[in-house]
Formats: sequence, C-alpha cells, structure tokens
Amino acid sequence: MSYYQGLEAETVAFRGQNGDPGEAYYARPTRAGRFPGVVVIHHLPGWDEWIMEVVRKFAHHGFAAISHHLYFREGSDAPDDIGARVRAAGGVADAQVVGDTAGAMAYLRGQPNANGKIGVIGFCSGGRHAYLAACTLSGVDAVVDCWGGNVIVDNPKDLNAKRPVAPIDLTEKLNSPLLGIFGNDDANPTADQVNRTEAVLKRLGKRYEFHRYDGAGHAFFNTMRDAYRPEQALDGWKKVFEFLDRHLAASTAAAAAE
Amino acid sequence: MCSYIVEKAALIGSAKGRKGWMRIDTANVYFDHPYHSTLDHVLAIDFTNEGEGGRDRVAVELSAESARALVDRILVALNSGQVAHGTPAI
Repeated sequence: MSYYQGLEAETVAFRGQNGDPGEAYYARPTRAGRFPGVVVIHHLPGWDEWIMEVVRKFAHHGFAAISHHLYFREGSDAPDDIGARVRAAGGVADAQVVGDTAGAMAYLRGQPNANGKIGVIGFCSGGRHAYLAACTLSGVDAVVDCWGGNVIVDNPKDLNAKRPVAPIDLTEKLNSPLLGIFGNDDANPTADQVNRTEAVLKRLGKRYEFHRYDGAGHAFFNTMRDAYRPEQALDGWKKVFEFLDRHLAASTAAAAAE
Repeated sequence: MCSYIVEKAALIGSAKGRKGWMRIDTANVYFDHPYHSTLDHVLAIDFTNEGEGGRDRVAVELSAESARALVDRILVALNSGQVAHGTPAI
C-alpha cells in the first residue's frame, strides 16, 4: 500500500501544573515509526470540536498531537459550560497554562512513538499562550502563534494577577524558531501590533517568520466560523506544516539509530 | 482575540435548562468569540445561579444586531405590559 493513512484519536489522562490530573485529546498516526510531537492550545471559549479536528489534522500529517483541556480543574461538565464558568471568573492564570503545557509536552515525550522533538501551536488566546510557553519553557523546538492577541499590551490596565506580564516583554527568552500567522483585517492583534512584534523579534535577533494575509481577519483557519477563508487558510496550513517539518524532524543521529 | 471582558447583571428570576427549571441570580454578558455560532463575534448571555455554584446555565449567542433589537423589544414589552397590568414602571 503506497499511500496508507491511519490515525487513532482519543481522550487521555495527563498531568498538568503541580501534577494535577487532567484530560487531553491525543491523536497519532497508526503506522509504525517515530513522530514529532505538537501541543495544540485551544482558545478562550473552550476545548471545542474544531480544536479536536486540528489535533487529528496534525496526526494525518505525521505528527503526534495533543490538546490539553486548559479548564480541566473545573470538573467534567460539557466543555462549553466549563468555558463559560472560566470566562466569568476572568480566565485562567498564565502560569497555570504554561505549567499545563509543560505537562502536555511531557506526555508527548513519554510516548514510545516520540522522535524527541516538540512544537507548540496555539490559536487566538492560545496563540498568546504558545508565545508565552516558548518564552518560558525549555524543550520547545518550534512555536506557532496563530493570531494571538495581547502579545503586545498597550494598556497597562489589561495586566492583572492572572496575566501579569505582556508576552512581548519575555521575547528575549524565546529560544525556539517562531512562525506567526496573521490576518490583516484582525482587530486583535492589529496589523500595527504584528509589525511591532516583528520589530522586537528582529531587534533581538530571534529566528522567526511572519505571514500576513489580506482578505482575512481573526480565526480564518476555523472552518466552523464565518471568518473561514479557504484560500488563505490553505496557504497558512502549508506554511505551518513546512515550518514544523523543518524544525521537528528527528536529528540525523536519532534517525540513524532507528 | 478573546477579550475576558464580562459584564455581570444581578437578576431575580427563573430559567429552563437541561435539568428543567432553575432559579437564576446572575447574567454573565459578553461580546466575544462564540462557542457554537458561526459568527465571528456574538453577544452572549449565560443565565446562572452563582449562589448555588453557577454550574448550570442557560446560554444564548446572538448577533450584535439581533441583540440590540432584543433589548429594544424587551423594553417595549416591559412598558406596554406594565401599562396593561397597571404595574408602575420602574
């Protein structure tokens, strides 16, 4: 069979910050081999069907992918109800999200199919979280920020106990290559904020590539939203997979050892 | 980008959810990305009873235009209804 496709996807248990037991959605190719890992961070409304489609999409493209439920501590109700409660409480703390993301990375590393490389991708508020994680955690080999808003915080009043630092102020600590995907019609981040983020990355000599799309706004990959822009999304996904394939391939030594 | 901005309204009333009728004491109101609607942004309202933990809710996601129209219709219904029932308007 020259073109075998197969994947397995299910909810799994993982350990988040402080070892807290949580749930995550995990998908992997079923063919034999070792695969790079990708942590997929969901947006504020919650752990939804589209994010699970994204996890399966990564498995289809040869990655072992996991999306950890950022609100698992709120119980076992439907993810949308849990998301509503978390929103009413002002969201979850950045430190907790980063700690949970480290736990999701550890889950991937602990699988027998792991090739040892890990990428992190996030959408919307998850894009911001991905940026934060890459500036905070060790062991991130590549990071993708899809239209994460509030990476730059123009109004200091938007900082609080849960979100005490603007991610842009942590950029010096970024030690993995960054891919940024943005719609030029987005209101958060605006095109100007994207330009200012790029200027900081450039000044600090970071490895990055940004792709900006005309005719697209926020969340233009999301097939379940009117915001979906198929032409731009197809090109954006191509950029994502090229970037992750480049940075998450097993090292020559590890591949030779297999 | 998700905004985290939520307006809270204290309520006296009831709502019917998946477990039947329940008392409600709070409406969490926000304009942001939806969970279910295909719209980019919605005016969402979660009716809950925070006094009982707020675990159950009755939720709506409305377009901005329809939410404004609803506000108008609520006021019209209140005014005409209170006149019809001889209840003084608040």
